[in-house]
Parts: sequence; structure tokens; C-alpha cells
Amino acid sequence: MSKKAHLLIRKGRVIDPNNGRDEVLDLLVENGRLTRMAASLDAPGAQIINAEGLLVLPGLVDSCVHLSEPGAGRSGSITSETRAAASAGITHLCSQPDTYPVVDSTAVVRLIRERAGQAGFAKILPLAAMTQGLEGRQLAEMVTLKEAGCIGVSNGSKPVQDTLVLKRCFEYAATFGIPVMLRPQDEALSVGGCAHDGAVASRLGLIGIPAVAETIALSRALLLCEATSARLHIQQVSCAASVALIRDAKLRGLAVSADVCIHHLLLDESALENYRSDCHIQPPLRSQHDREALLAAAADGTIDAVCSQHIALGTSSKQAPFPASKAGISGVETLLPLMLDLVEQKAFTLMRAIELITSGPAHCLGRQVGHLEIGRPASLCLVDPRVQRTPAQQWLSAGKNSPWLHTRLYGMVNLTVCEGKISWDRELHNNAPEPAQ
Amino acid sequence: MIPSPPSANIQLTADGRLKHFLSIEGLPRSLLEEILDGAASFVGVGDRAIKKVPLLRGKTVVNLFFEASTRTRSTFELAAKRLSADVLNIDIAKSATSKGETLMDMLWNLEAMASDMFIVRHSDSGAPFFIADHVTPNVAVINAGDGRHAHPTQAMLDMYTIRHYKGGFAGLKVAIVGDVLHSRVARSQIHALNILGAEEVRVIGPKTLLPKDIESLGVTVYTDLAQGLRDVDVVIALRLQKERMDSALLPSESEFFRLYGLNNERLKTAKADAIVMHPGPINRGVEIASEVADGPRSVILHQVTFGIAVRMAVMSMCISGQESGA
Amino acid sequence: MNWTSNDIDQRLDEMASALKKELARRAINEFAMVGIHSGGAWVAAALQQRLGADIPLGSLNISFYRDDFTHRGLHPNVTPSKLPFDVENQHIVLVDDVLMTGRTIRAAMNELFDFGRPASIILLTLFDVGQRQLPISADICGETLALPPHQRVELRGPAPLAAEIIEMTPA
Repeated sequence: MSKKAHLLIRKGRVIDPNNGRDEVLDLLVENGRLTRMAASLDAPGAQIINAEGLLVLPGLVDSCVHLSEPGAGRSGSITSETRAAASAGITHLCSQPDTYPVVDSTAVVRLIRERAGQAGFAKILPLAAMTQGLEGRQLAEMVTLKEAGCIGVSNGSKPVQDTLVLKRCFEYAATFGIPVMLRPQDEALSVGGCAHDGAVASRLGLIGIPAVAETIALSRALLLCEATSARLHIQQVSCAASVALIRDAKLRGLAVSADVCIHHLLLDESALENYRSDCHIQPPLRSQHDREALLAAAADGTIDAVCSQHIALGTSSKQAPFPASKAGISGVETLLPLMLDLVEQKAFTLMRAIELITSGPAHCLGRQVGHLEIGRPASLCLVDPRVQRTPAQQWLSAGKNSPWLHTRLYGMVNLTVCEGKISWDRELHNNAPEPAQ
Repeated sequence: MIPSPPSANIQLTADGRLKHFLSIEGLPRSLLEEILDGAASFVGVGDRAIKKVPLLRGKTVVNLFFEASTRTRSTFELAAKRLSADVLNIDIAKSATSKGETLMDMLWNLEAMASDMFIVRHSDSGAPFFIADHVTPNVAVINAGDGRHAHPTQAMLDMYTIRHYKGGFAGLKVAIVGDVLHSRVARSQIHALNILGAEEVRVIGPKTLLPKDIESLGVTVYTDLAQGLRDVDVVIALRLQKERMDSALLPSESEFFRLYGLNNERLKTAKADAIVMHPGPINRGVEIASEVADGPRSVILHQVTFGIAVRMAVMSMCISGQESGA
Repeated sequence: MNWTSNDIDQRLDEMASALKKELARRAINEFAMVGIHSGGAWVAAALQQRLGADIPLGSLNISFYRDDFTHRGLHPNVTPSKLPFDVENQHIVLVDDVLMTGRTIRAAMNELFDFGRPASIILLTLFDVGQRQLPISADICGETLALPPHQRVELRGPAPLAAEIIEMTPA
């Protein structure tokens, strides 16, 4: 990635959910900083970009990705996956600690930050493991890891069974104001399961994970949050009952936020017909009723953010009978187009949809990102909402594990600027040879 | 939103003939009846001095059993040999996949053997579909049992047995008793009974052994044996594996037997001429009392004989469907 | 063109008489008759009436021995083959209603040999319409016809027996 951007973006439709802005403006980025926004600007010397008909959005914030490095049995690298993210308008990625080795030492944090920095495609906001080795027994060095650059702690996707340990994690994190990001799942109730415990799993003979596996763990977490005053963010709720619990907790004044994975907003258990392993994810796709509740919650603010839950997997991980296939979808490249599709389906207003992938997740992560602020390094993207194509036509992730590869979707990103530097230029990409991975 | 799964059943050729036999679900009634009629013509072969017919002569049938099973594998082997096919047994449980070879790699290696048919038993639900999807064209795949999902040949031999003793399926009430949760046979039986036009299919068992939302498969659920057996024409008892006690699904075999075991007393609410079936092997004193297993209502032993004929019918139909090229 | 039951009776009388002569010529005293299901079985039964009820009578269902199985599929035909005598060393009179390509007879002989090794086989057919595809010929034949490829002879039965020419519609 090169020098700081010097751009005059003309006549784009600027949408900034953080302050409710939605108007056609000119934007000036000088030396990497966003300096001016007005109806009509001039800037001799700046690269002029005609953004007529395009959306100008804050750089997207993806609150949950699983990195491919250090080695975790996944495909690709930090370079390939952040590049894929940049090509889809994402500038900030919050990464899970379930790498191999786990993010419980400063050496791993350094490695991640260096790799991301060298690649220069997107900024990674790493989460540290809550317990050492993510084994759910001993506390990780949360403060040291925070000082090394981690923005919070998480259990990855590994349940913490011991309630006492979980309580201690919350208390310790609360002491130092470290946010706790938790994916609620009761281990005993989900052992061996790969699908939602319901009519489809019963018919396909798949071992089911009941919704109570999530709600029981969620209730426990909310009660501990209340008891310890920890700042809690719930990751990837998947059922209506969880939505009800979160709504309730917020009404009671708890400092809790929640996100949902984009795929749970568009698919339900019926996607598993014919044992489609590319729809095998965790938490599992649940019922139509659950999906509708998640959509409503994301629209009304009970859910604050939508993430991709990105995992890049190789063909052998998915080319296996369903129960033997690995769970996960390579999701960064379809996050924005799928959100635009939901706007098309009238599930969200455009403003709300963008909020759910910019300022919403930024607020959950407690970071000053996901909005356009004069005077700060610019993170933004230019989106052409009129172009329709299949993701396969420009697929950059090393993992082809996505059920959307050949679905026609709207929304192509022409340009991404990440903290002052151009991280994605579609024209350059189309004209240039493939860079080494 | 994503492209919906193909509506054409992967098991059928373009003109509706069977080319794989993976699951009863989605097959038309006429096809199931064709299997039963075909089996009827094969039943007599076992009585002849030369117990062979040359239908599959020159064909290679490979038994791919990822889960050990002597009984099912032997019946398939016998059926293949009676059709004059060459049979190859591959015992995967002991071979390469335990060393980490993926299923895909194994399939590629098997391609070289130029087989005409794979008979697959696997502990992963959906594995036979996966194999049928990835195998070279013109190789028929027959499901000998996958996870909890299906055991279609077993269900068809059970249907053959019912038709043999009851004449047909119209007006029939059938009760399936026991561990439905873990039973692939039960799921296939339910589909078959509904497609063939049984009047009512019931499942009877404690909640811990009933799958979630099982009603959506087209059954009425009973947790009381006496009520569930009232007026039924056919009772099918399912095998209860000892491991179920370990996973906190049941307290003990004796309590299960007290509540759901079949004995003459409890069968009184069923019709006087009701028949009792069991896919085998039976656990005496757990699912079924000896007085019933050896009694006049039991047709358990005959189920085995019919099994060979049913498998011969299915195998011939699939080879013929594959060769027709559609 | 058609044959009434009187016409058929006449042919059957002629065939029975020719068979007696042939058996005498070959010095065969004991034999069994096998009709090929379904039309051949009717003809065999009618011949047995003329020759003596004590002659063992069997029927063959050749479905499993057809050579066109993979094209037409298995048509379940529940009447199994029935041979209530030992084929080994037996003289067999094999009876069919219509001999055309010869493939049915090929299948029937293969099946017979799976039951045992006959001492000899004499082939009787009510109608011979030519169009052989295999080197098979009948020892005794009721009536020989030359038919264009789109026509067949069909026997109706079991009683009374009658026959007529039918047109084949293109498949």
C-alpha cells in the first residue's frame, strides 16, 4: 500500500449513520485526512473522482472474522483475506482469538499486527483470548494483551463451561475496563451437533443443537454481566429467544450490545436441504421464525451490528458429508452486497443497513471508527449500488466456501481508503496482474 | 435467495427410473410398488436348485462399509451373488480412512477399480448423497444405512413383509415403538408408509427418544404404549442400544421394558390379527419379550428372507437405470 | 388377418400329430413339455390335452434371462418359472407361441440349462414369422408367415385361443 491519499470525491451520496447524514456532497481527502465536506469543492492537485450515482460510506467495520494466520487449519493468509475485505469496502476487522496458537501471548498479537500492517489492506482490531489457550480454566493476561493492541477479550467459539471461571473473567475484565465479547453456547447441549434441533435436522438425521444451548449460556452471561458490571458484547445471536433476552437486558439498563451474522438474516434451516455443506455454520441456521425475529431486532436496535463471521476454508473442508464438513462461510466479500439486498427486500432502510456495518459495530467494539470525521485519517469506501454481478466474478478470498458465489448481487466497491491510504482501487485491480499472496 | 436445491431427485433418471437408492423420501408411490413387485419375483429364486439369475453378470458390486455390520453386508453380498455379480468387500473401518484419508481421496482411488455399484454404510448422515454426487457417472450408489438419516432397503423389506401379511396399506395403522431418535430405519419406514398410503403412522416412546418436531414427518406421537397400540395392525419394535443408558437418555433397560417393552398383555389393545416386526437384532427382555418374539404374531424371521429379494430388486433396478444412460 | 379358435385348433392338431411322428423317429418314449410364459404356456397346455395328461408340464418365465434387460428395465412379472420335474437327462419339448428374432428361445434354453442338462430339446412354435437375429430354428411349426417389420402376430388366451395381426405403433 502506498502513500497517503489525496482525493477529491465529487457528487457522491454521502451516508454517515453516526450523525444521520445522507446527502450529495463533495469530499476532500488531503494527505490522508478527511479535511472538508461541502456541496461543491475545488482542490487543484488532488486526484478527482467522479462519484455521481455512487454511495460514499465510512469504511465498513466487520465485528467478527476468524483469521487464517497463525495456522488454524484455514485457507489463505492475513494478506489474502484483508485484501478480500478491502475489495468489499471493509477497513476495520475485529479478529477472533481462535488462531493456532491462540491469541493469549503478545508474540501472537505482534505477528498479527505486523502481517496486517505489511499487507496494508485493512486494520485488524484483535481480540485476546479470555482464558489461556481458550481452555476455559485460567485467565489470560488481559491487561498485557490490551497493551499489546487487543481491543477486548473473547471466548472464541469455545464455550466456557465453568461458571466460576466465567465470573472471574468478567470481574477481571471489568476491573480494567476491558470489553468482553462472548459467543454464548452451552457445551453439553451442543456436543456433536451440527444443525438446528428442529424438523429439518430430524428429517436429515443430523444431530441438533437446540436453541436453549444458546439462551441458557446467554442468560448466564447477562446475569454475570449484571453482577460484575462488565462491559459485555454478545456475538452472533441466532434465535428469537436470545433476542428477547437481550431486549429485556437493555431495558433493565445493562451495558450490553449484540451482533448477528449476516447469513442468519438471509438463511434458515431449510438451506440445509440436500446436505449443502456450504451452509454448515455455527451457530447453526435456525428456523424461519428465528430468522424473522433476528431481522426485526436488527431493524429496531435490539441488535447493534451485523458481521460476516468470516472463515476461509479449503475445498477439502467442505467436500465431505455434512456432519464431517467444517463449519463456516467466507463472508467478507458478500457482507455489503447482502446488506444492500436486505434493503432491497425492505428489511432495513439504507441508513439503518449502513449503520449496522459501520457505526453500530464501532460502538460495540468501543472504537472511534466507522464514521466520517473531519480532521482524522479517512476510512471510507465508494460503492456503486447499480452494478449487479456474481461474487465469483471477482473472488479474492482464498476460501471458496460461500453459498453466494453464483448469486447475482448488487453493490460493487470501486475504491476503499483505509486510515488515509488507498487500500483498494478496482480499476487498478482490473488492469494489474495478480499480486503474490 | 441462494439457488434452491435441485427439485429433480438425484436418485432418478430423467424418465423417472431408479439409478441410486439413497432415501425413500421423495420417491413416487409407483416406484416403491415396483420395488415390492420386483422383490416378489425374486423371492422364488432362493427356492431353486440354482439360486442364481444372470441379470448382473459381469457387473462389479463394491461393499463400502464404513460402519461395521455383518448382517446387512452379508445380505447385500448374497443378493449380488444371486444376481451373478462379482462382489468386492472393502472394510473401511480397518483401513485407510482411519489413517486420515478423506472420503474424497478414497473415492478417487476406487474409481480405478471400474465398479458398477457401491453399497455404502456410513455413520455420517448424508454420506451416500455425497458419494453419489461425487462418484463417476454410471456408478449406482445404494444406501445401506447413513447415520440417523435413512436405511431404505431395510424399510422396503419391512414394507414387503407388511404387504405380504396384510395385503396392502390402505386403512392400515402402524405403530413404531422405541428409540426413534437414533433410528435411521424408523425414519425410512415412516416415509415409506406414508407414501404407500398407510392410514396412520404412530411413534411411541419417551420424549428423550423422540426427535424434535417428528410430527412434521407425518406421524402421531404417543408416549403411552397402551394408548399408542390401540387398534393397530402392525407393531414395529426398534432396537435399543445399551449405550443409550450412558447418555442419560434412559434410567435402565428394565424400566424401559416395563413401560415400552412388547409382551402379550400390552399387545391386547392392538387388533387381534396384528403382526409384530423388528428390524433386528432383537434384545429379548428389553424391546420385546420372548413370548412375543417367538409367538404367533411375530414375523421377524420372515423379514430376513424377504431382505435378500428386496435388495436383488433394488440392485437390478439401479443397474438398469444407470445403463439406460438418462 | 386373424385366426379363430377353430383355426388354432386345427394348427394344434397338426402340430400334435407332427410331434408324435418326430418323437417316434427319435425313439423318445419319455419326455416333458415346457411352455414359455405366457403364450407358449397356453400352447403347451393345449398340446398336453391332445398328447396325454400324464405328460409332465412346466412353464418358464424368462424375464431374468432376457438380453434387453438394461434397456427395458426389470418388468416385475410375478409368475415364477415352474418345472415340476428333473431337467437332468430329460428330453424336453420346448413350446412358444411366436418365433421371431430367436432371442426368447436363446433365453429359455439358457434358463433350462441352469436347471440341469437336458438329453435333448425339440422346439415347437405355433407361428414362425421369420426375421431371425440368432441362428435358431423350430423343429415343428404351426404356420409360417412373412410379415412386414411393423406388424406382429398376437395370441389371445388362455381359452379360447385366437390370434390376430396387430400393427406396431412407432415407439
